[in-house]
Amino acid sequence: MSAPAKLPRWTEFGLLPAINLVAALLLSGVIVKLIGESPWAALKLMLDGSLGSQDGIGYTLYYATNFIFTGLAVAVAYHAGLFNIGAEGQAYVGGLGAGLVCLGLGDWPFWAVLPLAVAAGAVFGAAWAFIPAWLQAKRGSHIVITTIMFNFIGSALMTYLLVNVLIKPGQQSPETREFAPNAFMPAIHELLAKVGITFAPTPFNFAFVLALAAAAFVWVFVWRTRWGYALRVVGENPAAAVYAGIRPPRVIVGAMLLSGALAGCLGLNELMGSQHRIVIDFPGGAGFVGIAVALMGRNHPVGIVIAAVLFGALAQGGSQLSFDMPKINRDMVVVIQGLVILFCGALENLFRAPLALLLARRRKPDAGD
Amino acid sequence: METYTLIVLTLAATIRVAAPLLLAALAGMFSERSGVIDLGLEGKMLGAAFAAAAVSAVTGSAWAGLGAGIATAVALAGLIAFACVTMRGNQVVAAMAVNFIVAGLGPTLGLAWFGLGGQTPQLDAPGQRFTAIVWPWAERARETPLPGLLYAELLSGHNLIVYFAAALVPASAWVFYRTRFGLRLRAVGENPLAVDTAGISVVGLRYQAVVISGVLCGVAGTYLSIAASAGFVRDMTAGKGYLALAALIFGKWKPWPTLGACLLFAFTDALAARLQGVALPLVGAIPVQFILALPYVLTVLLLAGFVGKAEAPKAIGVPYAKEK
Repeated sequence: MSAPAKLPRWTEFGLLPAINLVAALLLSGVIVKLIGESPWAALKLMLDGSLGSQDGIGYTLYYATNFIFTGLAVAVAYHAGLFNIGAEGQAYVGGLGAGLVCLGLGDWPFWAVLPLAVAAGAVFGAAWAFIPAWLQAKRGSHIVITTIMFNFIGSALMTYLLVNVLIKPGQQSPETREFAPNAFMPAIHELLAKVGITFAPTPFNFAFVLALAAAAFVWVFVWRTRWGYALRVVGENPAAAVYAGIRPPRVIVGAMLLSGALAGCLGLNELMGSQHRIVIDFPGGAGFVGIAVALMGRNHPVGIVIAAVLFGALAQGGSQLSFDMPKINRDMVVVIQGLVILFCGALENLFRAPLALLLARRRKPDAGD
Repeated sequence: METYTLIVLTLAATIRVAAPLLLAALAGMFSERSGVIDLGLEGKMLGAAFAAAAVSAVTGSAWAGLGAGIATAVALAGLIAFACVTMRGNQVVAAMAVNFIVAGLGPTLGLAWFGLGGQTPQLDAPGQRFTAIVWPWAERARETPLPGLLYAELLSGHNLIVYFAAALVPASAWVFYRTRFGLRLRAVGENPLAVDTAGISVVGLRYQAVVISGVLCGVAGTYLSIAASAGFVRDMTAGKGYLALAALIFGKWKPWPTLGACLLFAFTDALAARLQGVALPLVGAIPVQFILALPYVLTVLLLAGFVGKAEAPKAIGVPYAKEK
């Protein structure tokens, strides 16, 4: 076993992630069994809870919206050879930008507030990614470590701002006043009602469409532009990039700015779409789930959207599970997420080599190289 | 007089906060000096904290709890080692996976076994915890402030694990710089190819390093749940694993400077607790969040090369493949 085995595309992007997912779910089933509940009943409850009703679907896609933004953020950095563990902090600070626009300009019409909020979220998120990016590019500071540190620094900063500065006067909990209704992201059930379709009221909102647009943008950017090409060359081989006239430090900073900007858009869904104010710790771990989503989606926008919906279903199904099975709480979802990261990411070579062997054996000897 | 007592008490709190940080940072040192990034400190500690509290609650023995804590952290370290060293998976991803799994699994099993919403039962029977060891004449020494109070608060009155952590600093310095194993360990983190050429197993060395890291994380986690507190609660590490990692970097991957970094970070923590809402002369009240963020800011500055220079082991994070 020298270089990681190459697989045909359908196996790489279809079969292998599916096998990894099944392995993670099987192991989760074993844990559920150990706890003394039925894995089948648990699976059925989760499927019912997430996809079995309009309510479930709405919540699933609402959670998925967060994960699309953070998954894209991790993926863009990954293509440039960077591991951005800081999506959590970038989403948090980015949400501050979007939130400030909503607080300040809430009486403007929605069509004016939206682009400003998107811009502010992206700029704040990118700003939070800038320092780790610059330090990596210019001073060689390990970006994994610096982005972790920036998660903690960002969290401290946001706590300070919410507790001491932005808090609505005269209340205990550290959160801002509510945005003006003009700054609310339209809910999908409201939009559907306008064209005469009734859909259960859920926090599922227009930000989902923005997330899909972001995914399309990332696809075009990474695979169809010069900048995206430079990004991928730096990720694959920084030395070759230099010979091709690409300046890796610039690309690294650029990739991280885009990454941070994407993560910063989480607030559009979470704050403008659901909370309607800035609350403490609103990303709630979505930045880290983004790592799992990117891994599982093979860092491709289509894969990321699919993986994000899957993780959204997991989050929503998990809440249902904790309602109906007294022995299981929402923490089980975190376990499953962890197992997916383990099998799709860290142990990706576990099934790859046997699978490659199996496929090579089935092929005719003269068909191979 | 009042101020003096306050300072001594803050320093005593510093020692209590520093102990698990130091254990975890030294754990990370073994792993990272061998070339394996140790982002799993958080998960290994948390897993050990849960196992120690659960076993101590069931058996009534703190020592059994310690054993379970170490066994759990070593098992998690083994999983990371299998993924990173044997399967040559991404070290950062493997550690993140373990951190996730443990963060969820502890409360899940806790709920299933004890039915207390994810916590373990309160440990209040004698022998279930590692409690403070009071040195001879410590209570009487308290009456004389200068050497007495220092003796009573700083030297005496800590639990066994604190003293173990303190002893571990010279011990690991000795292992790293005075033993053959230590030499090889440092070599494998800088240039694994050279170690391999000398006929020494890179995989073997890295496994040993990761297992040692597991043992020490096990002790650190045990400290959190059955020495510093009386049971496991959800997410009780609260980022201490990452703070330990920062201390390790701030200590430039060397034992004695790492001790200094742990004490400094622990001091900021103890200070933040003391300064909560206190208005200082000249500057007024310093927001607690600023003090709590200080270790991370300092570490970033150090990594950037603005205050000294932290040189990481050269082969860190790179899986070793024998044939290229």
